Amino acid sequence: MTNLTQLLAPTSSDDTRRVTQAKVVRSEWTKFRTQPSAGWSLLTAVALIVGFGVLYSLVRVTRPPRSPADMASFDPTAIGLAGVQLAQIAVGVLGVLLVTSEYATGMIRTSMVAVPRRLPVLWAKAIVLTLTGPLLFVPATFATFVVSQSVLSREQLGTSLNHPGVARAVLGSALYLTAVGLLGLSLGALLRNTAGAIASLFGVLFGLQIVVGFLPASVADSISRYLPTPAGVAVTNVRPDPASLGPWTGFGLFCLYTAIVLGLAAWLLRRRDV
Amino acid sequence: MIEVQGLTKRYGDKVAVDDLSFTVQPGRVTGFLGPNGAGKSTTMRLILGLDAPTRGSATVNGKPYRQQVAPLHEVGALLEARSVHPGRSAYHHLLAIAQTGGIGRRRVDEVVHLVGLREVVRRRAGRFSLGMGQRLGIATALLGDPRTVLLDEPLNGLDTEGIRWVRSLLRDLATEGRTVFVSSHLMNEMALTAQHLIVIGRGRLLADTGVADFVARAGSGVVRVRSTDPDALAARLRSPTVAVSPAGDGALTVSGLSTDQVGRVAGEAGITLLELTAQQASLEEAFMTATRDAVEFRAPTTMGADR
Repeated sequence: MTNLTQLLAPTSSDDTRRVTQAKVVRSEWTKFRTQPSAGWSLLTAVALIVGFGVLYSLVRVTRPPRSPADMASFDPTAIGLAGVQLAQIAVGVLGVLLVTSEYATGMIRTSMVAVPRRLPVLWAKAIVLTLTGPLLFVPATFATFVVSQSVLSREQLGTSLNHPGVARAVLGSALYLTAVGLLGLSLGALLRNTAGAIASLFGVLFGLQIVVGFLPASVADSISRYLPTPAGVAVTNVRPDPASLGPWTGFGLFCLYTAIVLGLAAWLLRRRDV
Repeated sequence: MIEVQGLTKRYGDKVAVDDLSFTVQPGRVTGFLGPNGAGKSTTMRLILGLDAPTRGSATVNGKPYRQQVAPLHEVGALLEARSVHPGRSAYHHLLAIAQTGGIGRRRVDEVVHLVGLREVVRRRAGRFSLGMGQRLGIATALLGDPRTVLLDEPLNGLDTEGIRWVRSLLRDLATEGRTVFVSSHLMNEMALTAQHLIVIGRGRLLADTGVADFVARAGSGVVRVRSTDPDALAARLRSPTVAVSPAGDGALTVSGLSTDQVGRVAGEAGITLLELTAQQASLEEAFMTATRDAVEFRAPTTMGADR
């Protein structure tokens, strides 16, 4: 504890002191990389993508399709990407926690005092997740694709990235995972409560389809393609379901839903007491 | 400088802060006192823009907090304890906050050194004791070398050495011309630290005054007198505006008269005085006197107001 005046001497000029979006992104990146739960969630997601995809292809290679009908519906890319379905839970929960853990611990007050305009914090969290997601998931989905296809090739069941739609499905899976993370983040910011946000994330991803399933078939068929999950996963399928939207149209719609939730959360963030 | 004008905050039908107006001047330590639930923390939250006021306004250095462009450099705030993520190290907590204002690692190291956390700064903040947590909060407040410092209960959980350290830190900050606003329920500690007091009860302003004035006002009119004939003296002193009560060992406590007046009454009656002193109330007693009504009439339902 040395001389106070010496330690408190100003070190920066007026212009460098302003809070900017870029500085808040740096701050959120520091938070992201030093929050233990973030690292564990991402590690789990990558382990699920690669591990489950490879495991499933090892299982399927021992039970190759025999009938022509089986052959026709056999999708080697989907087998390799089977882990994405599980990984989306880990990524979605990570997105939720990035925001709700701040509310649960009281950190949000420190964050909002440092950035009184508030919105840059929310945007920065979304930006960090949008940049980190593909950085991890694109290598993961391509790695699991390569390994699983080499496994399936032992029985001449594999495919390659040159086939139509395959590269798009592999890349699309990584993008879909990132978008699920953003949806979790947006729901977390909207509800500010971990349990509530995770429950609604699962409701949106899995529950809506169940509810729509209770409607008359004609109505259900025309609605279900616009639901978040059928729309979002269209981009992850090599051979799209004829009933679903086009791959990029569907993914775009999923992103639009996410943007609406994020926008609503932003609107409330400026108005609510912290 | 902090200026609060007609500040009011309701949560539902509970009024946490009620038409509060005061100014916190630079260059001195201003203590912010009030019993639990008086609205101290709510007032701090309103000043920092965390809560929006129902009515009225609060500005720091001339601007509402939400409009500050370089908040870390204008206002250093210690929030209610535990406004940190427990899984992150103290160092990375400070670094993340510093980066929002473009403050570098060197300054983070400086404040860590200043608050005496150098040995433990790499530990998770969740493992910190209450006292270490307070030091971390003070480090956060000092990051941007702010002109105004606003600390909510900084003495909570500190040991004697820590309290002494905070006291001298606050005095030094004020001496440098900064505005220093400190809330506390430790009245006697404030007497040693603050030069000015703002006292609230049930969200209302009770006093805005110097420490010495506050004590003098609350302690005025209580006189201790010991004589050879306390009964006779009591009978002579007693009147509708004067209360007399025995204080043991033949002494009386008299309120409503000065020492001069008591001495004259005794002299006229020919009673020999053995002791005659004006009782100086402690800050604690002065505070109890000032806030008694505010505490007594507070309904249990307002307990949650001081979040």
